[in-house]
Amino acid sequence: MSSVLYDAPGPKAKARNWIYSGIFVVLFGLVLWWALSLMGEKGQLDADKWSPFVTDSQVWTTYLLPGLVETLKAGALAMVIALPLGALLGIGRLSDHAWVRGPVGAWVEFFRAIPVLMLMLFGNALMAPRFLDVPSDTRPFWAVVTGLVLYNSAVIGEIVRAGVLSLPRGQTDAAKAIGMRKGQTMFYVLIPQAVSAMLPALVSQLVVILKDTALGGALLGYGDLLSMNRLISANYSNTIATLVVIALIYIVVNFALTTFASWLERWLRQSKKGTGAMVEADVAEVDAGGAAGVGKAP
Amino acid sequence: MFDFLDSGQYDVLGAFWVTVQLTLYSAVGSLIWGTVLAGMRVSPVPLLRGFGTAYVNLVRNTPLTLLILGCSLGLSQTLDISLGGDTFKETGFRLAVLGLIAYTGTFVCEALRSGINTVPVGQAEAARALGLSFFQVLTLIVLPQAFRAVIAPLANVLIALTKNTTVAATIGVAEAALLMKEMLENEAQAVFAVFAIFALGFVLLTLPTGLLLGWVAKRLAVKR
Repeated sequence: MSSVLYDAPGPKAKARNWIYSGIFVVLFGLVLWWALSLMGEKGQLDADKWSPFVTDSQVWTTYLLPGLVETLKAGALAMVIALPLGALLGIGRLSDHAWVRGPVGAWVEFFRAIPVLMLMLFGNALMAPRFLDVPSDTRPFWAVVTGLVLYNSAVIGEIVRAGVLSLPRGQTDAAKAIGMRKGQTMFYVLIPQAVSAMLPALVSQLVVILKDTALGGALLGYGDLLSMNRLISANYSNTIATLVVIALIYIVVNFALTTFASWLERWLRQSKKGTGAMVEADVAEVDAGGAAGVGKAP
Repeated sequence: MFDFLDSGQYDVLGAFWVTVQLTLYSAVGSLIWGTVLAGMRVSPVPLLRGFGTAYVNLVRNTPLTLLILGCSLGLSQTLDISLGGDTFKETGFRLAVLGLIAYTGTFVCEALRSGINTVPVGQAEAARALGLSFFQVLTLIVLPQAFRAVIAPLANVLIALTKNTTVAATIGVAEAALLMKEMLENEAQAVFAVFAIFALGFVLLTLPTGLLLGWVAKRLAVKR
């Protein structure tokens, strides 16, 4: 049986499935035909709109690849800064002292509640001569990184907390039994194991970060991959083709990351070394927001 | 510190009202679209399953900014589909809602699918033993239980959606983020005050949603 919801199809069900498939193909074909004919009418299907991406290597070397590099640069830097910051926030939220737990919890909840775009705009305002006086050519980059770090360090803090909480209680008990102090328990026993439980969720978070860099291009003038659509379609007047190609690049990069994350998760589950604790990558990826999943031991 | 608000130049409440409207329309739309997608992904027809999987994986890995820009530059400006909006304002709003639904629907679909997995096999088996068809099993037995199991994850999706409506600023919809950008540019001396206003606005929008739906989720959870 292939699913809970239905039996393996018999001859009658098979015939019905063929009919449904047929109806779907016809409907899908109609929508596709309508879209393509509309695009054809506006000349968006002409060969010269699409051929630059194959024949003209300049599209790639001047626009798409540098844009992709900018996107990856901002994403990677934000991740590198947000990781240790998030780890500190996560550990702070688990502190035994209310005067640490409270403010850190408030900080995390506050920055998770605010849209990344607003944090980027705020970051941009902070880069102005009045405050930090960052040179105007690198200002968008630092504004994007500031926004991403403020938001994602809070999210990563939650992932770290979920990772530590997902460990079996026995780990803490055993560490206490051999006389470890609180700090030792955290840094020698809990964190190393939590890291393996968190890895898939962290890789998925990278997808969220890469997608969010696109905001910087659209509103702050950062030269990321998405912002290249303006330059390319200004040169070749092929708006739709450009957007499709850019979307495909994002999909390929992010799909690779997502696949890596789920491979990592399977690998960690199978390897005998871990405790089997796992932070749900999927829930953290509800992205732009949702709570990091509370890990469940299988 | 907040005296720039008295000038009457900025309609903060109006901007947040647009944010709320964007959220509500997109929430209803993506709930419907997400349910349809989830239905496809668990259906016995391989072609529908394939379409559902492909759609979710493609759209989830595309930045929302690109989807909304695509609606504006591609659909509206290049193909002249304005979704029936008469003014620039109306058109932008509708295009943003379309982009948000296309994107958020995938997250609703994934949440629902995980909810469908929490329904015990016996339920569906018993329903099939009574002679119910796939569609009846799904709509009468499985989905009602699945929905109650996924209220909390759906609340997270709704909160994420509320924050994602700010992306509509990229196509000039006059919502909170766009007004914040304008105010930050004009009131350079009051950066922190402006940020505080908009941060507070979003905390006020998202906090009650999370608390209320968390309470509802606890009340409605199917005890097993």
